[in-house]
Amino acid sequence: MKYLSEYRDPELVQQYLNEIKATVTQPWTIMEVCGGQTHSLVKNGILELLPKEITMVHGPGCPVCVTPIHIIDKAVYLAEEKGVILCSFGDMLRVPGSEKSLLEAKANGADVRILYSPLEAVNIAKQNPDKEVVFFAVGFETTAPANALSVLHAKRQGVSNYSILASHVLVPPAIEALMRDPETVVQGFLAAGHVCTIMGLEEYETLPNKFNVPIVVTGFEPVDLLQGILMTVKQLEKGEHKLENQYTRMVKPNGNPDAQNMIHEVFTTKNRVWRGIGEIPMSGYEVRDDLKSFDANIKFDVQLEDTPEFAGCISGEIMKGLKKPMQCAHFGKECNPSNPLGAPMVSSEGACAAYFHFHQSHSEELV
Amino acid sequence: MCLAIPGKIKEINDVPNMGRMAKVQFGGIVKEASIEPLPAAKVGDYVLVHVGVAISIVDEEEAQKTFQYLREAGELDELEPESMNQIDTES
Ligand code: SF4
Repeated sequence: MKYLSEYRDPELVQQYLNEIKATVTQPWTIMEVCGGQTHSLVKNGILELLPKEITMVHGPGCPVCVTPIHIIDKAVYLAEEKGVILCSFGDMLRVPGSEKSLLEAKANGADVRILYSPLEAVNIAKQNPDKEVVFFAVGFETTAPANALSVLHAKRQGVSNYSILASHVLVPPAIEALMRDPETVVQGFLAAGHVCTIMGLEEYETLPNKFNVPIVVTGFEPVDLLQGILMTVKQLEKGEHKLENQYTRMVKPNGNPDAQNMIHEVFTTKNRVWRGIGEIPMSGYEVRDDLKSFDANIKFDVQLEDTPEFAGCISGEIMKGLKKPMQCAHFGKECNPSNPLGAPMVSSEGACAAYFHFHQSHSEELV
Repeated sequence: MCLAIPGKIKEINDVPNMGRMAKVQFGGIVKEASIEPLPAAKVGDYVLVHVGVAISIVDEEEAQKTFQYLREAGELDELEPESMNQIDTES
């Protein structure tokens, strides 16, 4: 397929690996922010192929993994107690809430539907005028235009039985929070290419200087990731810290202004709690006040107690890059993709699930 | 979840209240996507599609750069002549 297979070319992968080996002279720890990148690094065996000096740590970039337990409980409550048609992306269904997941609610008879796009949820609302339809709108900046557009479609078409339960998180405030953490081990970042496709580079411009850290906006295919790593390592070896863009075929400096306008038409920036990490200032989107009839939080005023995480889960330390999944006592034992105890074991983009699947297919130890 | 893949626009339709919708081909599959965030997109363009919405037009010229990057990094030539030789013989 054009613009995909070329970036998986084994020969080019090898050339990039050779160049990284020739460039690196000392140990460096680099974080890829996005779960899609984690998945690609693990699935393509790149972690094993990199020289031992380079340690990749896996950031908090899986929106499914960082959605707080009480929002999942709220979605389950809406599906079970309020009789709504609850729609979401497939990954979201298996995330454990405090008592059950949406998949378990579905098995008990609740109307929970997996959709490819939030735009489909508006059609479901049109087809079911006597029912309330809620889309569980999780995601980073990449997904925000689609979730916003679903609200705009509903508004333009006068569909009043549609609303979204927003759990939107933003990348730049998370990078700041990670770098402000005195325990941080991260020396360079691969920023999430698809997020920057929407938002552009501006929000990242001050970060490299502020925290003495190189940031390279990077794509998702093996060659993209290796080029991003090479660009980061070159900066680190030279003692530089600047913002660079590896993913120029998709990311323009000003991003996609039309998509940004859609986001601002529907959402406003607020503080947000990240599962496993805690509250990060101004790190999420909520539906604007003038569109509150499309905000499921307001439409269904559900007050649920916040429930603590499973205490043995070290997902917070994993997402900050302090520990690897195998250092969790529960990894692959009580906690596995069929019985996830923490969110990073649920989505294939979560670090724990990515490592678990890798272990299934390869016998070598990843350290 | 942030999976976004490039596909080719085959057809564009203006749908009332929904804006510009396109049929986008990914390999053998054709899917409907909104191209409302890309007012300049036209039939034949490759676009990056995420959860039913096209978010970027692939820049064909820039797409070549990843393949040229190693050769253009002339500084590496001086630093590591051996590795460059290896690349030259392999390519
Ligand atoms: S293996 Fe399970 S319990 Fe351990 S950190 Fe990962 S998700 Fe949490």
